[in-house]
Amino acid sequence: MNQPASAYFLEERHDPNETHTLSVLVQNEPGVLARVIGLFSGRGYNIDSLTVSETESHKHLSRITIVTTGTPTVIEQIKHQLDRMIPVYRVVDMTITGRSIERELAMVKVRGRGDSRVEALRLADAFRARVIDATTESFVFEITGNSSKISQFIDLMRPLGLVEVARTGVAAIGRGPEGM
Amino acid sequence: MTDKSNDPNQMTGAAMIVRALIDHGVQHIFGYPGGAVLPIYDEIFQQSDVEHILVRHEQGAGHAAEGYARSTGKPGVVLVTSGPGATNMVTPLTDALMDSIPLVCITGQVPTHLIGNDAFQECDTVGITRPCTKHNWLVRDVNDLAKVLHEAFYVATTGRPGPVVVDVPKDVQFALGTYHPPRKSDVHVSYTPRVKGDAAQIRKAVALLAAAKRPVIYSGGGVINSGPEASKLLRELVDVTGFPITSTLMGLGAYPATGKNWLGMLGMHGTYEANMTMHGCDVMLCVGARFDDRITGRTDAFSPGSKKIHIDIDPSSINKNIHVDVPIIGDAGNVLGDLLQVFKAEAKKPDIKAWWQEIAKWRARNSLAYKKSNDVILPQYAIQKLFEATRGHDTYITTEVGQHQMWAAQFFGFDEPHRWMTSGGLGTMGYGLPAALGVQVAHPDSLVIDIAGDASVQMTMQEMSTAVQFELPIKIFILNNQYMGMVRQWQQLLHGNRLSHSYSEALPDFVKLADAFGCVGIQAIKPSDLDGALKEMIKVKRPVLFDCRVAALENCFPMIPSGKAHNEMLLPAEATDEATAAAFAGGKALV
Ligand SMILES: Cc1ncc(C[n+]2csc(CCOP(=O)(O)OP(=O)(O)O)c2C)c(N)n1
Ligand SMILES: [Mg+2]
Repeated sequence: MNQPASAYFLEERHDPNETHTLSVLVQNEPGVLARVIGLFSGRGYNIDSLTVSETESHKHLSRITIVTTGTPTVIEQIKHQLDRMIPVYRVVDMTITGRSIERELAMVKVRGRGDSRVEALRLADAFRARVIDATTESFVFEITGNSSKISQFIDLMRPLGLVEVARTGVAAIGRGPEGM
Repeated sequence: MTDKSNDPNQMTGAAMIVRALIDHGVQHIFGYPGGAVLPIYDEIFQQSDVEHILVRHEQGAGHAAEGYARSTGKPGVVLVTSGPGATNMVTPLTDALMDSIPLVCITGQVPTHLIGNDAFQECDTVGITRPCTKHNWLVRDVNDLAKVLHEAFYVATTGRPGPVVVDVPKDVQFALGTYHPPRKSDVHVSYTPRVKGDAAQIRKAVALLAAAKRPVIYSGGGVINSGPEASKLLRELVDVTGFPITSTLMGLGAYPATGKNWLGMLGMHGTYEANMTMHGCDVMLCVGARFDDRITGRTDAFSPGSKKIHIDIDPSSINKNIHVDVPIIGDAGNVLGDLLQVFKAEAKKPDIKAWWQEIAKWRARNSLAYKKSNDVILPQYAIQKLFEATRGHDTYITTEVGQHQMWAAQFFGFDEPHRWMTSGGLGTMGYGLPAALGVQVAHPDSLVIDIAGDASVQMTMQEMSTAVQFELPIKIFILNNQYMGMVRQWQQLLHGNRLSHSYSEALPDFVKLADAFGCVGIQAIKPSDLDGALKEMIKVKRPVLFDCRVAALENCFPMIPSGKAHNEMLLPAEATDEATAAAFAGGKALV
């Protein structure tokens, strides 16, 4: 094997990528989100989706849900790197536990008249999307579900006059009585 | 309302900082004043428990604190001002993060109400230092200050040690608040480094070790960081098992270089026997090292036939570069203690005579050989002479970065931990001189030598002035080859001998420079000069700049060529131009 002469070993390994959803429980203090995001950008990890909000305000706890893609080695690294940050309590790989529910919310604005307007409404109904705003020439739909369902809905709206989309990113929680 | 004026814990933020230093047993700090830390400097002026060493550049303060920390096992403390003071600390903080050195750096910040305003000497210190610290804090309320300072010391020194920054706005330094001594509740409940290794994993490890036919122990800086007890246990483990042992650059001294099981350093410029032993082993015990790329060579050909045991305090070091079979998370000393106990109770010294015979053949290749000369000083020879001259002295060595650093690692034998301070992870030229200052502050009566290169030493040369002011008799032993030798070596090997900007056309006269600083200048040009000049250097109780003129074009071998495995080393005797060209065949490098 000949690589360009270099002080580093240049050959990259190409293991297949996996997508994992991680729940990260953190102390809600200034800069904590910057630390997490800085870790991902600094070490070249991917963020496919990220949501964060305080979940237990009396304990100053926030829950960050990150969807990330990488080789199994990289995913393991990400979890360890997150876990060793000082304000991080716990990191749980929701994909490995295999017993989690993932949901995302989107608001989808569609503009149109006539047939396409009717079709949009019909599809929204099939997807259990709710109308939360309407004018004579537009709707805003609210839809929740897993990310692929939302993407599919958005794809269907595109030819019907899709104007814009706001998505929350993924929130995830384990099934059953136990907490994380 | 209670009257707080008599409460001894009522004080200004600035006073709290000095008080916390005292409570944490800090005797020396390294720093440089400026507008945003003047209240703290005012407090320092009015007490005598903590001695402040005034450097000439904040980077010098950082490396000095690193040297102090590495040679004592205690945290190094730095005090710098906001803005440029803080940005000048970025290099030593990164250096300390890479090499797991405990540093507590206190930075001044503009007053709270001006933060975000582009105020004079404002910078986003916590933002800039976030990726180069283990943790950092901006303290906005004086009543949080004591807690944060105590937590800072705790975080820096426990688990995998590292640098921390506490950024304190000037109004918080002036404000009155309540101080409290260190207590457990000062620390994040989410921070719980693991010290004790898992018993079942330790048993698995012992079973592997006991059945090994071709074992090796590969130890690293983690053993040093764990404290002297870990080095003692490592030595005992080598005795009890009879295994060969090698170490990383950072781990030198944990096992003595005079020990009979010592193979020398491993890795890119390690010995042939160390690398071949790693390559051919059937069981590898890695303690406190991290399979870094200078160690492994090409990862897919790294020690292909071995079962690997990895003891490390940082779970993120496990399986990062190399897959291991038995990970044990915990403190090196703690785990070694448990492992030894189990080994002694349940296992016998395996018979590995055949393995030692194989190793003897690799040793016989004499991979550190070099051609001697009567006319010019070979750099390797200079280090051997330095090593001999310092026998019997209480010696500490620091280095800069380059060929001289590798030769120092190869030719200076370390028999004790905490005696060898070098920038391993970051490879920071300019580290060694200020690091020597820090070591000398901690060990005023010891012999502290920076083995330096002519290029590196100019990066932090200004600290000679600090050495003179504080009467720190550091010895700067410059292997002067008039080149950035390591850069030139790579250009010769990889870039068609086009020596682009690796020759220093205008070196200062180091002897005159010594004179200008008010220290002692010594020069050696011929091999016959060395003995006398070294004796003089050691004898004089003042800082010395030693200009040791060495063979300009000598290169550092043995070497694992790029993209090659441990068993494909280039040995000095074989490093003819053709062999070298063949070993490095390939295009130009991008990285
Ligand atoms: C701050 C910094 N800049 C650049 C480098 C890249 N570098 C590595 S070794 C080296 C040359 C060092 O020359 P010298 O100090 O004379 O040591 P020698 O190799 O000649 O022994 C350079 C430029 C570095 N390691 N650190
Ligand atoms: Mg040089």
